[in-house]
Amino acid sequence: MNIKFLNRSLLKFSAACALVANSAFAAGGGDQYVKDFDFSFEGPLGSFDQNQLQRGLKVYTEICSACHGLKYVPIRTLADEGGLGYSEEQVRAYAENYEIFDAELDDYRPARPTDHFPEIVDAGAPDLSLMAKARAGFHGPMGTGINQFVKGMGGAEYIASLLAGYTGEEKEEFGTVFYENTAYPGRWIAMAPPLYGEDVDFDDGHSNELKYEAMDVAAFLTWAAEPKMMARKHVGFRAVLFLILLSALLYATNKTLWAPIKKRAA
Amino acid sequence: MAGIPHDHYEPGSKGEKWLHSRLPIVGLLYDTIMLPTPKNLNWMWIWGAVLTFCLALQIITGIVLAMHYTPHVDEAFASVEHIMRNVNGGHMLRYLHANGASLFFIAVYAHIFRGLYYGSYKAPREVTWIIGMLIYLLMMATAFMGYVLPWGQMSFWGATVITGLFGAIPFIGDALQTLLLGGPAVDNATLNRFFSLHYLFPFLIAGLVIVHIWAFHTTGNNNPTGVEVRRGSKEEAEKDTVPFWPYYIIKDVFALSVIMVIFFAIVGFMPNYLGHPDNYIEANPLATPAHIVPEWYFLPFYAILRAFTADVWVVQIVSFLTGGIIDAKFFGVLAMFGAILVMAVAPWLDTSSVRSARYRPMLKLWFAILVIDFFLLMWLGAMPAEEPYASLSLIASAYWFGYFLVILPLLGVLEKPTVQPKTIEDDFNNKNAKSVEMPAE
Repeated sequence: MNIKFLNRSLLKFSAACALVANSAFAAGGGDQYVKDFDFSFEGPLGSFDQNQLQRGLKVYTEICSACHGLKYVPIRTLADEGGLGYSEEQVRAYAENYEIFDAELDDYRPARPTDHFPEIVDAGAPDLSLMAKARAGFHGPMGTGINQFVKGMGGAEYIASLLAGYTGEEKEEFGTVFYENTAYPGRWIAMAPPLYGEDVDFDDGHSNELKYEAMDVAAFLTWAAEPKMMARKHVGFRAVLFLILLSALLYATNKTLWAPIKKRAA
Repeated sequence: MAGIPHDHYEPGSKGEKWLHSRLPIVGLLYDTIMLPTPKNLNWMWIWGAVLTFCLALQIITGIVLAMHYTPHVDEAFASVEHIMRNVNGGHMLRYLHANGASLFFIAVYAHIFRGLYYGSYKAPREVTWIIGMLIYLLMMATAFMGYVLPWGQMSFWGATVITGLFGAIPFIGDALQTLLLGGPAVDNATLNRFFSLHYLFPFLIAGLVIVHIWAFHTTGNNNPTGVEVRRGSKEEAEKDTVPFWPYYIIKDVFALSVIMVIFFAIVGFMPNYLGHPDNYIEANPLATPAHIVPEWYFLPFYAILRAFTADVWVVQIVSFLTGGIIDAKFFGVLAMFGAILVMAVAPWLDTSSVRSARYRPMLKLWFAILVIDFFLLMWLGAMPAEEPYASLSLIASAYWFGYFLVILPLLGVLEKPTVQPKTIEDDFNNKNAKSVEMPAE
């Protein structure tokens, strides 16, 4: 056995140990607090609230999109059924808010509905396309996943809790300012509070308190991460109903089929 | 086909005779689905049909997914999102495929524990059992590689950790790991070969499934009593059996339909429940997730892998005896594969002359502990490697090995079995006579 192998395997093993040690913190969630907000799309029968999604898009457009992209979301899907439900004209007009780089023109041009929302890399902020599925607001208890079964994965709750979870405390470490946030694992997040309440005026006149802005954008990001949720639930609902009926019929078939065999036995 | 005497296919029409004398395929299919099957099979005998369904479901959804997926590190993650957003029904296909893997493993574990409880592994069904274990190993390899394809954070880091296990093998480990990865680390070459093998393995599984079925069609099914079907004459055999079609096909389809209710509820209403949120973050070799956990179906064996750390005395002794060739990491790998190996050699470890645990009072108890142990290990595999989980993992792993290596051989000597029914017919009649008389009282 050579030294190289030993070194490498030692390195890997210690790395593995470090990973596992870290996880103690992640698994428990520690001092993280995620509120179980009520969203209209929860549960097997829940559906997106179109007005809420539209309000959320406004929050995203006016605030979040300064730093965060939505690179996997095609702008045209804003017209999709079971989502925001805008008309094609509205979507075309909306798309022109964005300048995107066109490789064929080798220049920037206004976005079209067929383009995706822009990807934003400069700000160093994560893309939000899948954020609502990439975070779990609920954990445990004791690694069993029961909370996630009962309350859902909690992606939207996590986002809303995070946006409404700033305490106002800040600290500076190595030249970076961190902000205390009760929903963030480890409590100190590099993102400055993006919402304070009354940041945007909603077209439908809905309250723009911090809580509602946070919930609306969380709902919008849930749609962005899972745009086919309504279609999926419809399929699920119909499949379950059909299969229950089929099971009942098959139960009867099976019972009838076996009856003579069992009767002979008795 | 040897085995239980029954009526064989007779070609009737001229066309059937013509084909039968050239290729007796109809006869083969007839004998396969008309197989005399013990009439006392309980609901734990449905899992084979569920597994066959799962394999078909995974192959069909998988082939369509492959039409839209791009196996390249720059494109894979985006192509999955393309499937989720742009492909017609793509989100359903992917959720069916991802959750189909979980259903597959639920079914295979139920199937394996059924076999362990009713002694289905014992003579003359050892070959069926061994092939089953090979299928299970291939399933794990397929599922593992499939989980890498979406190229999320868990895909990447899971692949890094698991392929690292092969690196722990002395002398050849490094070369083997490099071969597996197609390079020094998980990268595009890894993704490409995993995609290729993920597509290939299900067909190997399908081939082995045919052999698995062939083997138990030769020996006949086991049944809850473990008593063999009488084979003296066709009339005698018919008292113990019913033909597979229609009796068991209808029963299996009914069971499958009930399971599908739950399956579609999960796919429709909570399709990400069994997955890990981190896998919706694109793979990033520079950012290690806080908590790398395998999929739930690997957790029991992952717990065994992690249980044997350098401070465990068994590991220290083995390490000392082998001059350090078997270090803690390699010991863990051996333990993990060993945990499956001891299951595979159960036919030769079990010394009891009685097949079914129904008539083995002591085995019943030890088996119940084994099932609890399995779930305990599954839970421990998801917990961090710290106390008390580390010690619990060690105890639970020790029991897993103890069950196969100590308890199974000893029970054959120590245990006094209860009386078995003489025939399957007796068992069936007893059970049904009771259930019919009850309301009359």
